[in-house]
Amino acid sequence: MSLSADDVKKIAHLARIGIDANDIASYAKDLSGMLDLMVQMGELNTDAVAPMSHPLDPWQRLRTDEITEVNQRDKFQTLAAHTEAGLYLVPKVID
Amino acid sequence: MNSQWETVIGLEIHTQLATKTKIFSGAATAYGAEANTQACAVDLGLPGVLPVLNQEVVTMAIKFGLGIDAEIAPFSVFARKNYFYPDLPKGYQISQMELPIVGLGHMDIEIDGNSKRIGITRAHLEEDAGKSLHEDFHGLSGIDLNRAGTPLLEIVSEPEMSSAKEAVAYMRKIHELVRYLEISDGNMQEGSFRCDANVSVRPVGQTELGTRAELKNINSFKFVEKAINIEIERQIDVIESGGKVVQETRLYDSVNNETRSMRSKEEANDYRYFPDPDLLPVAIDANLKAEIKANLPELPAAKKQRFQTEYNLDPAVAANLTSSRQFADFYEAVVQASKAEIKLCTNWVTGDFIGALNKAGLEIQQTPISAIRLAGLLNCLADKTISGKTAKQVFDYMWHNDQTADEIIVAQGLKQITDSGAIEVIINGIIATNPAQVTQYQSGKTKVFGFFVGQVMKQTQGKANPAEVNKMLKEKLSV
Repeated sequence: MSLSADDVKKIAHLARIGIDANDIASYAKDLSGMLDLMVQMGELNTDAVAPMSHPLDPWQRLRTDEITEVNQRDKFQTLAAHTEAGLYLVPKVID
Repeated sequence: MNSQWETVIGLEIHTQLATKTKIFSGAATAYGAEANTQACAVDLGLPGVLPVLNQEVVTMAIKFGLGIDAEIAPFSVFARKNYFYPDLPKGYQISQMELPIVGLGHMDIEIDGNSKRIGITRAHLEEDAGKSLHEDFHGLSGIDLNRAGTPLLEIVSEPEMSSAKEAVAYMRKIHELVRYLEISDGNMQEGSFRCDANVSVRPVGQTELGTRAELKNINSFKFVEKAINIEIERQIDVIESGGKVVQETRLYDSVNNETRSMRSKEEANDYRYFPDPDLLPVAIDANLKAEIKANLPELPAAKKQRFQTEYNLDPAVAANLTSSRQFADFYEAVVQASKAEIKLCTNWVTGDFIGALNKAGLEIQQTPISAIRLAGLLNCLADKTISGKTAKQVFDYMWHNDQTADEIIVAQGLKQITDSGAIEVIINGIIATNPAQVTQYQSGKTKVFGFFVGQVMKQTQGKANPAEVNKMLKEKLSV
Protein backbone atom coordinates (compact mmCIF):
# COMPACT_ATOMS: atom_id res chain seq x y z
CA MET A 1 0.00 0.00 0.00
CA SER A 2 1.34 3.37 -0.91
CA LEU A 3 0.20 6.65 0.61
CA SER A 4 0.20 9.83 -1.44
CA ALA A 5 1.42 13.19 -0.24
CA ASP A 6 -2.23 14.26 0.07
CA ASP A 7 -3.00 11.28 2.30
CA VAL A 8 -0.19 12.28 4.60
CA LYS A 9 -1.44 15.87 4.75
CA LYS A 10 -4.94 14.66 5.57
CA ILE A 11 -3.70 12.33 8.31
CA ALA A 12 -1.62 15.16 9.80
CA HIS A 13 -4.65 17.41 9.76
CA LEU A 14 -6.83 14.78 11.50
CA ALA A 15 -4.16 14.34 14.17
CA ARG A 16 -3.68 18.12 14.40
CA ILE A 17 0.04 17.69 13.81
CA GLY A 18 2.00 20.36 11.96
CA ILE A 19 4.52 18.75 9.59
CA ASP A 20 7.33 20.14 7.49
CA ALA A 21 6.55 19.93 3.75
CA ASN A 22 10.08 18.54 3.18
CA ASP A 23 9.31 15.55 5.40
CA ILE A 24 6.14 14.47 3.62
CA ALA A 25 7.86 12.01 1.32
CA SER A 26 9.61 10.22 4.16
CA TYR A 27 6.41 10.12 6.24
CA ALA A 28 4.61 8.63 3.25
CA LYS A 29 7.26 5.94 2.98
CA ASP A 30 7.25 5.10 6.72
CA LEU A 31 3.48 5.06 7.05
CA SER A 32 3.13 2.97 3.89
CA GLY A 33 5.56 0.46 5.39
CA MET A 34 3.42 0.24 8.54
CA LEU A 35 0.31 -0.33 6.49
CA ASP A 36 2.12 -3.03 4.53
CA LEU A 37 2.87 -4.77 7.80
CA MET A 38 -0.86 -4.60 8.65
CA VAL A 39 -1.68 -6.15 5.29
CA GLN A 40 0.86 -8.90 5.97
CA MET A 41 -0.68 -9.57 9.39
CA GLY A 42 -4.11 -9.59 7.78
CA GLU A 43 -3.08 -12.60 5.77
CA LEU A 44 -2.79 -14.73 8.92
CA ASN A 45 -5.68 -17.00 9.75
CA THR A 46 -7.06 -15.68 13.03
CA ASP A 47 -10.38 -17.54 13.00
CA ALA A 48 -9.58 -19.36 16.23
CA VAL A 49 -8.00 -16.34 17.94
CA ALA A 50 -10.16 -14.22 20.28
CA PRO A 51 -9.64 -10.49 19.69
CA MET A 52 -7.41 -8.97 22.34
CA SER A 53 -8.70 -5.77 23.86
CA HIS A 54 -5.87 -5.34 26.32
CA PRO A 55 -2.37 -6.81 26.64
CA LEU A 56 -2.81 -7.35 30.38
CA ASP A 57 -4.88 -10.18 31.83
CA PRO A 58 -6.60 -8.73 34.92
CA TRP A 59 -10.10 -7.26 34.89
CA GLN A 60 -10.83 -3.62 35.54
CA ARG A 61 -11.16 -2.74 39.22
CA LEU A 62 -14.06 -0.49 40.09
CA ARG A 63 -14.28 2.30 42.63
CA THR A 64 -17.24 3.18 44.88
CA ASP A 65 -19.34 6.18 43.95
CA GLU A 66 -17.93 8.57 46.53
CA ILE A 67 -16.66 12.09 46.07
CA THR A 68 -12.90 12.03 46.62
CA GLU A 69 -11.85 15.12 44.69
CA VAL A 70 -11.85 18.60 46.16
CA ASN A 71 -12.03 21.82 44.23
CA GLN A 72 -8.53 22.74 43.03
CA ARG A 73 -9.57 25.13 40.32
CA ASP A 74 -7.20 27.92 41.26
CA LYS A 75 -4.25 25.55 41.23
CA PHE A 76 -5.20 24.01 37.86
CA GLN A 77 -5.83 27.38 36.30
CA THR A 78 -2.30 28.55 36.94
CA LEU A 79 -1.40 26.14 34.09
CA ALA A 80 -3.77 27.79 31.61
CA ALA A 81 -2.76 30.58 29.26
CA HIS A 82 -6.03 32.49 29.73
CA THR A 83 -8.83 32.22 32.28
CA GLU A 84 -11.74 34.45 33.16
CA ALA A 85 -14.68 34.07 35.56
CA GLY A 86 -13.51 30.54 36.36
CA LEU A 87 -13.52 29.54 32.68
CA TYR A 88 -10.61 28.40 30.56
CA LEU A 89 -10.40 30.70 27.53
CA VAL A 90 -9.50 29.25 24.15
CA PRO A 91 -9.57 30.47 20.54
CA LYS A 92 -13.13 30.57 19.32
CA VAL A 93 -14.27 27.37 17.60
CA ILE A 94 -17.84 27.13 16.43
CA ASP A 95 -18.79 23.81 14.93
CA MET B 1 -47.97 13.71 3.98
CA ASN B 2 -47.48 11.96 0.68
CA SER B 3 -48.56 8.35 1.06
CA GLN B 4 -46.08 7.09 -1.54
CA TRP B 5 -43.28 7.54 0.95
CA GLU B 6 -42.56 5.78 4.16
CA THR B 7 -40.36 7.01 6.95
CA VAL B 8 -37.68 5.13 8.86
CA ILE B 9 -36.48 6.52 12.18
CA GLY B 10 -33.87 5.34 14.65
CA LEU B 11 -33.07 7.16 17.89
CA GLU B 12 -29.90 7.52 19.91
CA ILE B 13 -30.83 8.64 23.39
CA HIS B 14 -28.21 10.00 25.75
CA THR B 15 -29.26 9.74 29.35
CA GLN B 16 -27.13 11.11 32.14
CA LEU B 17 -26.71 8.60 34.95
CA ALA B 18 -27.60 9.86 38.42
CA THR B 19 -24.32 9.07 40.17
CA LYS B 20 -22.71 11.29 42.78
CA THR B 21 -19.38 11.26 40.95
CA LYS B 22 -17.99 11.14 37.42
CA ILE B 23 -17.65 7.95 35.43
CA PHE B 24 -13.84 7.84 35.72
CA SER B 25 -13.02 10.23 38.58
CA GLY B 26 -14.11 11.06 42.10
CA ALA B 27 -15.23 14.61 41.19
CA ALA B 28 -18.85 15.58 41.94
CA THR B 29 -21.48 15.71 39.20
CA ALA B 30 -23.92 18.15 40.85
CA TYR B 31 -25.65 20.41 38.33
CA GLY B 32 -25.18 24.16 38.42
CA ALA B 33 -21.89 24.38 40.34
CA GLU B 34 -19.55 27.30 39.71
CA ALA B 35 -17.49 26.81 36.53
CA ASN B 36 -14.63 24.30 36.73
CA THR B 37 -14.98 23.69 40.47
CA GLN B 38 -15.95 20.05 39.77
CA ALA B 39 -13.28 19.34 37.18
CA CYS B 40 -10.37 17.36 38.62
CA ALA B 41 -7.05 16.36 37.04
CA VAL B 42 -8.64 13.29 35.40
CA ASP B 43 -11.49 15.35 33.91
CA LEU B 44 -8.98 17.92 32.65
CA GLY B 45 -6.96 15.20 30.92
CA LEU B 46 -3.73 16.19 32.65
CA PRO B 47 -0.74 13.99 31.84
CA GLY B 48 -0.07 11.03 34.12
CA VAL B 49 -3.60 10.49 35.41
CA LEU B 50 -5.58 7.28 34.98
CA PRO B 51 -9.32 6.72 34.76
CA VAL B 52 -10.92 4.38 37.31
CA LEU B 53 -14.43 3.16 36.53
CA ASN B 54 -17.28 4.03 38.89
CA GLN B 55 -19.02 0.86 40.11
CA GLU B 56 -22.41 2.55 40.31
CA VAL B 57 -22.28 3.34 36.59
CA VAL B 58 -21.92 -0.35 35.80
CA THR B 59 -24.78 -1.23 38.15
CA MET B 60 -27.05 1.37 36.54
CA ALA B 61 -26.27 0.16 33.03
CA ILE B 62 -27.09 -3.41 34.07
CA LYS B 63 -30.38 -2.21 35.58
CA PHE B 64 -31.28 -0.60 32.29
CA GLY B 65 -30.31 -3.70 30.34
CA LEU B 66 -32.53 -5.86 32.55
CA GLY B 67 -35.33 -3.31 32.13
CA ILE B 68 -35.32 -3.75 28.34
CA ASP B 69 -34.88 -7.51 28.53
CA ALA B 70 -31.44 -7.28 26.94
CA GLU B 71 -28.35 -9.40 27.00
CA ILE B 72 -25.78 -8.09 29.49
CA ALA B 73 -22.26 -8.57 28.17
CA PRO B 74 -20.21 -10.92 30.39
CA PHE B 75 -17.32 -8.62 29.64
CA SER B 76 -17.25 -5.19 28.19
CA VAL B 77 -14.56 -2.94 26.73
CA PHE B 78 -14.01 0.83 26.65
CA ALA B 79 -12.69 2.54 23.54
CA ARG B 80 -11.34 5.93 22.63
CA LYS B 81 -13.36 8.01 20.19
CA ASN B 82 -10.93 10.57 18.86
CA TYR B 83 -11.86 14.10 17.85
CA PHE B 84 -10.64 17.58 18.57
CA TYR B 85 -12.78 20.12 20.33
CA PRO B 86 -11.85 22.52 23.13
CA ASP B 87 -14.36 21.08 25.58
CA LEU B 88 -12.79 17.62 25.20
CA PRO B 89 -9.40 18.12 26.82
CA LYS B 90 -7.96 14.64 26.22
CA GLY B 91 -8.63 14.79 22.48
CA TYR B 92 -10.76 11.67 22.82
CA GLN B 93 -13.95 10.65 24.52
CA ILE B 94 -13.93 7.37 26.41
CA SER B 95 -16.86 5.44 25.01
CA GLN B 96 -17.62 1.89 23.91
CA MET B 97 -17.51 0.50 20.38
CA GLU B 98 -17.07 -3.26 20.32
CA LEU B 99 -18.52 -5.13 23.32
CA PRO B 100 -20.91 -2.54 24.80
CA ILE B 101 -22.27 -3.36 28.24
CA VAL B 102 -25.89 -3.80 27.10
CA GLY B 103 -26.72 -5.82 23.98
CA LEU B 104 -29.90 -6.48 22.05
CA GLY B 105 -33.15 -5.62 23.89
CA HIS B 106 -36.53 -4.09 23.15
CA MET B 107 -39.21 -1.66 24.26
CA ASP B 108 -42.92 -1.93 23.52
CA ILE B 109 -44.77 1.25 22.63
CA GLU B 110 -48.46 1.90 22.15
CA ILE B 111 -49.75 3.70 19.11
CA ASP B 112 -53.50 4.27 18.72
CA GLY B 113 -54.24 1.37 21.05
CA ASN B 114 -51.90 -1.05 19.25
CA SER B 115 -48.68 -2.34 20.69
CA LYS B 116 -45.47 -2.18 18.64
CA ARG B 117 -42.12 -3.62 19.63
CA ILE B 118 -39.08 -1.44 18.95
CA GLY B 119 -35.72 -3.19 18.97
CA ILE B 120 -32.87 -1.69 20.96
CA THR B 121 -29.56 -2.48 19.30
CA ARG B 122 -27.35 -1.69 22.25
CA ALA B 123 -26.67 0.66 25.14
CA HIS B 124 -23.16 1.72 25.96
CA LEU B 125 -21.40 3.80 28.58
CA GLU B 126 -19.44 6.93 27.82
CA GLU B 127 -18.29 10.19 29.34
CA ASP B 128 -19.87 13.54 28.55
CA ALA B 129 -17.80 16.48 27.26
CA GLY B 130 -17.51 19.92 28.86
CA LYS B 131 -19.40 23.03 27.82
CA SER B 132 -18.25 25.76 25.47
CA LEU B 133 -19.58 29.25 26.02
CA HIS B 134 -19.33 31.40 22.95
CA GLU B 135 -20.44 34.67 24.51
CA ASP B 136 -18.06 37.49 24.27
CA PHE B 137 -14.81 36.74 26.01
CA HIS B 138 -12.79 39.21 23.89
CA GLY B 139 -13.28 36.99 20.82
CA LEU B 140 -12.35 33.83 22.75
CA SER B 141 -14.53 30.95 23.94
CA GLY B 142 -14.97 30.05 27.59
CA ILE B 143 -14.68 26.40 28.61
CA ASP B 144 -16.40 24.91 31.66
CA LEU B 145 -15.30 21.34 32.29
CA ASN B 146 -17.66 20.55 35.19
CA ARG B 147 -19.71 18.33 32.88
CA ALA B 148 -16.64 16.59 31.43
CA GLY B 149 -16.61 12.99 32.62
CA THR B 150 -20.26 12.89 33.65
CA PRO B 151 -21.53 9.34 32.97
CA LEU B 152 -23.86 8.85 30.02
CA LEU B 153 -25.70 5.80 28.84
CA GLU B 154 -26.27 5.99 25.08
CA ILE B 155 -29.28 3.92 24.06
CA VAL B 156 -29.35 3.06 20.36
CA SER B 157 -32.59 1.85 18.80
CA GLU B 158 -33.05 -0.16 15.63
CA PRO B 159 -34.39 1.90 12.70
CA GLU B 160 -37.87 0.59 13.40
CA MET B 161 -40.03 3.62 14.01
CA SER B 162 -42.12 4.81 11.10
CA SER B 163 -43.45 8.16 12.28
CA ALA B 164 -42.54 11.08 14.52
CA LYS B 165 -45.37 9.98 16.79
CA GLU B 166 -43.80 6.54 17.25
CA ALA B 167 -40.43 8.12 17.93
CA VAL B 168 -41.92 10.30 20.66
CA ALA B 169 -43.80 7.33 22.15
CA TYR B 170 -40.55 5.36 22.26
CA MET B 171 -38.61 8.25 23.77
CA ARG B 172 -41.28 8.70 26.45
CA LYS B 173 -41.14 5.00 27.31
CA ILE B 174 -37.36 5.09 27.71
CA HIS B 175 -37.70 8.26 29.79
CA GLU B 176 -40.29 6.57 32.00
CA LEU B 177 -38.05 3.51 32.40
CA VAL B 178 -34.87 5.35 33.40
CA ARG B 179 -36.84 7.30 35.99
CA TYR B 180 -38.51 4.13 37.34
CA LEU B 181 -35.10 2.51 37.66
CA GLU B 182 -33.84 5.72 39.31
CA ILE B 183 -30.74 5.64 37.13
CA SER B 184 -31.36 9.14 35.74
CA ASP B 185 -33.34 12.18 36.81
CA GLY B 186 -34.41 12.52 33.15
CA ASN B 187 -34.30 16.30 33.45
CA MET B 188 -34.50 17.52 29.88
CA GLN B 189 -33.97 21.22 30.63
CA GLU B 190 -30.66 20.39 32.29
CA GLY B 191 -29.71 18.12 29.39
CA SER B 192 -29.87 14.87 31.38
CA PHE B 193 -31.98 13.28 28.66
CA ARG B 194 -31.47 14.21 25.01
CA CYS B 195 -31.64 12.48 21.69
CA ASP B 196 -30.31 12.32 18.14
CA ALA B 197 -32.73 11.12 15.48
CA ASN B 198 -31.69 9.32 12.31
CA VAL B 199 -34.36 10.00 9.71
CA SER B 200 -34.73 8.69 6.17
CA VAL B 201 -37.55 8.18 3.67
CA ARG B 202 -38.03 5.59 0.95
CA PRO B 203 -40.74 4.74 -1.57
CA VAL B 204 -43.37 2.44 -0.09
CA GLY B 205 -42.39 -1.16 -0.77
CA GLN B 206 -38.65 -0.55 -1.11
CA THR B 207 -36.65 -2.71 1.28
CA GLU B 208 -33.32 -0.93 1.38
CA LEU B 209 -33.08 2.19 3.51
CA GLY B 210 -32.93 5.67 2.03
CA THR B 211 -30.03 8.01 2.80
CA ARG B 212 -30.42 9.30 6.33
CA ALA B 213 -29.86 12.62 7.99
CA GLU B 214 -28.97 12.80 11.66
CA LEU B 215 -30.81 15.41 13.72
CA LYS B 216 -28.62 16.35 16.66
CA ASN B 217 -29.24 17.12 20.31
CA ILE B 218 -32.97 17.46 20.63
CA ASN B 219 -33.99 17.94 24.24
CA SER B 220 -37.78 17.96 24.38
CA PHE B 221 -40.52 15.57 23.32
CA LYS B 222 -42.28 18.37 21.46
CA PHE B 223 -39.19 19.27 19.45
CA VAL B 224 -38.46 15.65 18.55
CA GLU B 225 -41.85 15.35 16.94
CA LYS B 226 -41.61 18.68 15.14
CA ALA B 227 -38.00 18.19 14.03
CA ILE B 228 -38.70 14.74 12.57
CA ASN B 229 -41.85 15.85 10.77
CA ILE B 230 -40.18 18.86 9.20
CA GLU B 231 -37.18 16.73 8.18
CA ILE B 232 -39.45 14.12 6.54
CA GLU B 233 -41.13 16.88 4.54
CA ARG B 234 -37.77 18.30 3.53
CA GLN B 235 -36.43 14.95 2.34
CA ILE B 236 -39.56 14.18 0.31
CA ASP B 237 -39.38 17.65 -1.26
CA VAL B 238 -35.73 17.12 -2.17
CA ILE B 239 -36.39 13.75 -3.81
CA GLU B 240 -39.59 14.79 -5.58
CA SER B 241 -37.89 17.81 -7.08
CA GLY B 242 -35.24 15.52 -8.57
CA GLY B 243 -32.56 15.98 -5.93
CA LYS B 244 -30.77 13.55 -3.66
CA VAL B 245 -30.74 13.44 0.13
CA VAL B 246 -27.15 13.64 1.36
CA GLN B 247 -25.92 11.91 4.47
CA GLU B 248 -25.26 14.68 6.95
CA THR B 249 -25.77 16.01 10.44
CA ARG B 250 -28.51 18.60 10.78
CA LEU B 251 -29.56 20.89 13.60
CA TYR B 252 -33.18 21.60 14.45
CA ASP B 253 -33.99 25.29 14.78
CA SER B 254 -37.10 25.48 16.94
CA VAL B 255 -37.61 29.19 16.35
CA ASN B 256 -37.98 28.85 12.57
CA ASN B 257 -39.16 25.20 12.71
CA GLU B 258 -36.58 24.03 10.19
CA THR B 259 -33.55 21.76 10.10
CA ARG B 260 -30.20 23.12 8.94
CA SER B 261 -27.12 21.35 7.68
CA MET B 262 -24.33 21.20 10.26
CA ARG B 263 -21.73 19.08 8.51
CA SER B 264 -21.83 16.62 5.66
CA LYS B 265 -20.27 13.18 5.59
CA GLU B 266 -17.25 14.44 3.61
CA GLU B 267 -16.31 16.78 6.44
CA ALA B 268 -17.28 14.29 9.12
CA ASN B 269 -14.69 13.14 11.58
CA ASP B 270 -13.10 9.77 11.35
CA TYR B 271 -13.24 8.90 15.02
CA ARG B 272 -10.50 6.26 14.86
CA TYR B 273 -11.95 4.11 17.64
CA PHE B 274 -9.56 1.79 19.41
CA PRO B 275 -9.62 0.02 22.80
CA ASP B 276 -8.52 2.37 25.57
CA PRO B 277 -5.22 1.03 26.94
CA ASP B 278 -5.84 2.92 30.20
CA LEU B 279 -8.82 0.74 31.05
CA LEU B 280 -8.91 -3.02 31.42
CA PRO B 281 -11.93 -4.98 30.21
CA VAL B 282 -14.82 -4.98 32.69
CA ALA B 283 -16.11 -8.35 33.85
CA ILE B 284 -19.80 -8.54 34.73
CA ASP B 285 -20.19 -11.09 37.46
CA ALA B 286 -23.27 -13.32 37.08
CA ASN B 287 -23.94 -12.98 40.82
CA LEU B 288 -23.95 -9.19 40.59
CA LYS B 289 -26.39 -9.40 37.69
CA ALA B 290 -28.66 -11.77 39.63
CA GLU B 291 -28.55 -9.54 42.68
CA ILE B 292 -29.47 -6.44 40.66
CA LYS B 293 -32.27 -8.36 38.98
CA ALA B 294 -33.69 -9.48 42.31
CA ASN B 295 -33.80 -5.88 43.51
CA LEU B 296 -35.33 -4.28 40.42
CA PRO B 297 -38.45 -2.25 41.17
CA GLU B 298 -41.74 -3.18 39.52
CA LEU B 299 -41.37 -1.85 35.97
CA PRO B 300 -43.90 0.43 34.24
CA ALA B 301 -45.47 -2.22 31.98
CA ALA B 302 -45.95 -4.69 34.85
CA LYS B 303 -47.28 -2.00 37.15
CA LYS B 304 -49.75 -0.80 34.54
CA GLN B 305 -51.01 -4.36 34.04
CA ARG B 306 -51.37 -4.88 37.78
CA PHE B 307 -53.24 -1.57 38.22
CA GLN B 308 -55.69 -2.61 35.50
CA THR B 309 -56.55 -5.88 37.23
CA GLU B 310 -56.12 -4.93 40.88
CA TYR B 311 -57.98 -1.60 40.73
CA ASN B 312 -60.16 -2.40 37.74
CA LEU B 313 -58.87 0.58 35.73
CA ASP B 314 -59.12 1.38 32.03
CA PRO B 315 -55.79 0.95 30.21
CA ALA B 316 -55.56 4.71 29.60
CA VAL B 317 -56.17 5.55 33.27
CA ALA B 318 -53.69 2.89 34.40
CA ALA B 319 -51.10 4.29 31.98
CA ASN B 320 -51.68 7.77 33.33
CA LEU B 321 -51.35 6.67 36.96
CA THR B 322 -48.19 4.65 36.32
CA SER B 323 -46.46 7.29 34.18
CA SER B 324 -44.05 7.83 37.06
CA ARG B 325 -43.15 5.60 39.96
CA GLN B 326 -43.75 8.35 42.51
CA PHE B 327 -47.17 9.06 41.10
CA ALA B 328 -48.15 5.39 41.12
CA ASP B 329 -46.95 5.09 44.72
CA PHE B 330 -49.00 8.13 45.68
CA TYR B 331 -52.14 6.65 44.14
CA GLU B 332 -51.65 3.32 45.86
CA ALA B 333 -51.05 5.05 49.20
CA VAL B 334 -54.34 6.96 48.80
CA VAL B 335 -56.25 3.79 47.92
CA GLN B 336 -54.76 1.92 50.86
CA ALA B 337 -55.30 4.68 53.41
CA SER B 338 -58.82 5.53 52.34
CA LYS B 339 -62.06 3.77 53.13
CA ALA B 340 -63.62 5.31 50.04
CA GLU B 341 -64.33 3.27 46.94
CA ILE B 342 -61.42 2.85 44.52
CA LYS B 343 -63.36 4.66 41.81
CA LEU B 344 -63.74 7.75 44.00
CA CYS B 345 -60.00 7.68 44.81
CA THR B 346 -59.11 7.29 41.12
CA ASN B 347 -61.38 10.15 40.09
CA TRP B 348 -59.94 12.47 42.71
CA VAL B 349 -56.29 11.61 42.07
CA THR B 350 -56.59 11.84 38.27
CA GLY B 351 -58.96 14.82 38.42
CA ASP B 352 -58.76 17.51 41.07
CA PHE B 353 -55.41 16.42 42.42
CA ILE B 354 -53.51 16.31 39.09
CA GLY B 355 -55.31 19.48 38.06
CA ALA B 356 -54.08 21.31 41.16
CA LEU B 357 -50.52 20.00 40.74
CA ASN B 358 -50.41 21.08 37.10
CA LYS B 359 -51.89 24.46 37.91
CA ALA B 360 -49.23 25.03 40.56
CA GLY B 361 -46.53 23.64 38.24
CA LEU B 362 -45.45 21.11 40.86
CA GLU B 363 -44.01 17.62 40.58
CA ILE B 364 -45.67 14.85 42.57
CA GLN B 365 -42.76 14.90 45.05
CA GLN B 366 -43.63 18.52 45.86
CA THR B 367 -47.31 17.94 46.58
CA PRO B 368 -48.58 20.02 49.50
CA ILE B 369 -51.25 17.37 50.24
CA SER B 370 -49.88 13.99 51.31
CA ALA B 371 -51.58 10.75 50.29
CA ILE B 372 -52.76 10.30 53.89
CA ARG B 373 -54.38 13.74 54.03
CA LEU B 374 -56.08 13.22 50.68
CA ALA B 375 -57.34 9.83 51.85
CA GLY B 376 -58.78 11.58 54.94
CA LEU B 377 -60.71 13.99 52.73
CA LEU B 378 -62.06 11.13 50.61
CA ASN B 379 -63.19 9.35 53.78
CA CYS B 380 -65.29 12.40 54.73
CA LEU B 381 -66.78 12.38 51.27
CA ALA B 382 -67.46 8.65 51.32
CA ASP B 383 -69.22 8.71 54.70
CA LYS B 384 -71.27 11.75 53.57
CA THR B 385 -69.83 14.11 56.19
CA ILE B 386 -69.45 16.58 53.34
CA SER B 387 -70.86 16.89 49.83
CA GLY B 388 -68.76 16.70 46.65
CA LYS B 389 -68.96 20.46 46.32
CA THR B 390 -67.78 21.06 49.87
CA ALA B 391 -65.01 18.52 49.35
CA LYS B 392 -63.55 20.69 46.59
CA GLN B 393 -63.67 23.65 48.96
CA VAL B 394 -61.93 21.66 51.72
CA PHE B 395 -59.36 20.45 49.17
CA ASP B 396 -58.50 24.08 48.36
CA TYR B 397 -57.98 24.82 52.06
CA MET B 398 -55.84 21.73 52.48
CA TRP B 399 -53.67 22.80 49.56
CA HIS B 400 -52.66 25.92 51.47
CA ASN B 401 -52.21 24.58 55.01
CA ASP B 402 -51.34 21.43 56.92
CA GLN B 403 -54.70 20.73 58.53
CA THR B 404 -56.55 17.48 58.01
CA ALA B 405 -59.93 17.43 56.30
CA ASP B 406 -61.60 16.64 59.63
CA GLU B 407 -60.01 19.66 61.31
CA ILE B 408 -61.04 21.98 58.49
CA ILE B 409 -64.62 20.66 58.45
CA VAL B 410 -65.00 21.18 62.20
CA ALA B 411 -63.25 24.56 62.28
CA GLN B 412 -65.34 25.96 59.44
CA GLY B 413 -68.58 24.19 60.31
CA LEU B 414 -68.80 22.52 56.92
CA LYS B 415 -70.36 19.31 58.13
CA GLN B 416 -73.19 18.34 55.85
CA ILE B 417 -76.69 18.38 57.31
CA THR B 418 -78.02 14.89 56.76
CA ASP B 419 -80.50 15.10 59.61
CA SER B 420 -83.75 14.92 57.66
CA GLY B 421 -85.68 16.48 60.56
CA ALA B 422 -83.59 19.66 60.37
CA ILE B 423 -83.88 19.83 56.61
CA GLU B 424 -87.61 19.26 56.81
CA VAL B 425 -88.10 22.26 59.12
CA ILE B 426 -86.25 24.49 56.66
CA ILE B 427 -88.19 23.16 53.67
CA ASN B 428 -91.51 23.65 55.44
CA GLY B 429 -90.55 27.26 56.13
CA ILE B 430 -89.60 27.93 52.50
CA ILE B 431 -92.82 26.39 51.18
CA ALA B 432 -94.86 28.50 53.60
CA THR B 433 -93.21 31.80 52.61
CA ASN B 434 -93.25 31.22 48.84
CA PRO B 435 -96.83 30.27 47.92
CA ALA B 436 -96.58 31.74 44.41
CA GLN B 437 -93.66 29.45 43.44
CA VAL B 438 -95.42 26.46 44.98
CA THR B 439 -98.47 27.12 42.79
CA GLN B 440 -96.24 27.49 39.71
CA TYR B 441 -94.54 24.18 40.39
CA GLN B 442 -97.77 22.40 41.02
CA SER B 443 -99.27 23.77 37.79
CA GLY B 444 -96.47 22.02 35.86
CA LYS B 445 -93.74 24.68 35.73
CA THR B 446 -91.20 22.28 37.24
CA LYS B 447 -88.29 24.55 36.36
CA VAL B 448 -89.04 26.47 39.53
CA PHE B 449 -87.75 23.43 41.46
CA GLY B 450 -84.27 24.87 41.22
CA PHE B 451 -85.47 27.93 43.10
CA PHE B 452 -86.46 25.78 46.10
CA VAL B 453 -83.15 23.90 46.09
CA GLY B 454 -81.35 27.24 45.96
CA GLN B 455 -83.34 28.55 48.92
CA VAL B 456 -82.55 25.48 51.02
CA MET B 457 -78.84 25.70 50.20
CA LYS B 458 -78.87 29.40 50.98
CA GLN B 459 -80.39 28.86 54.40
CA THR B 460 -78.07 25.94 55.19
CA GLN B 461 -75.01 27.69 53.70
CA GLY B 462 -74.69 24.84 51.24
CA LYS B 463 -74.38 22.20 53.92
CA ALA B 464 -77.58 20.28 53.29
CA ASN B 465 -77.08 16.92 51.64
CA PRO B 466 -78.21 17.62 48.04
CA ALA B 467 -79.67 14.17 47.48
CA GLU B 468 -81.68 14.41 50.69
CA VAL B 469 -82.92 17.92 49.78
CA ASN B 470 -84.05 16.82 46.31
CA LYS B 471 -85.88 13.82 47.63
CA MET B 472 -87.64 15.70 50.39
CA LEU B 473 -88.59 18.72 48.25
CA LYS B 474 -90.15 16.44 45.65
CA GLU B 475 -92.24 14.77 48.34
CA LYS B 476 -93.34 18.04 49.90
CA LEU B 477 -94.19 19.79 46.64
CA SER B 478 -96.15 16.97 45.07
CA VAL B 479 -99.85 17.41 45.55
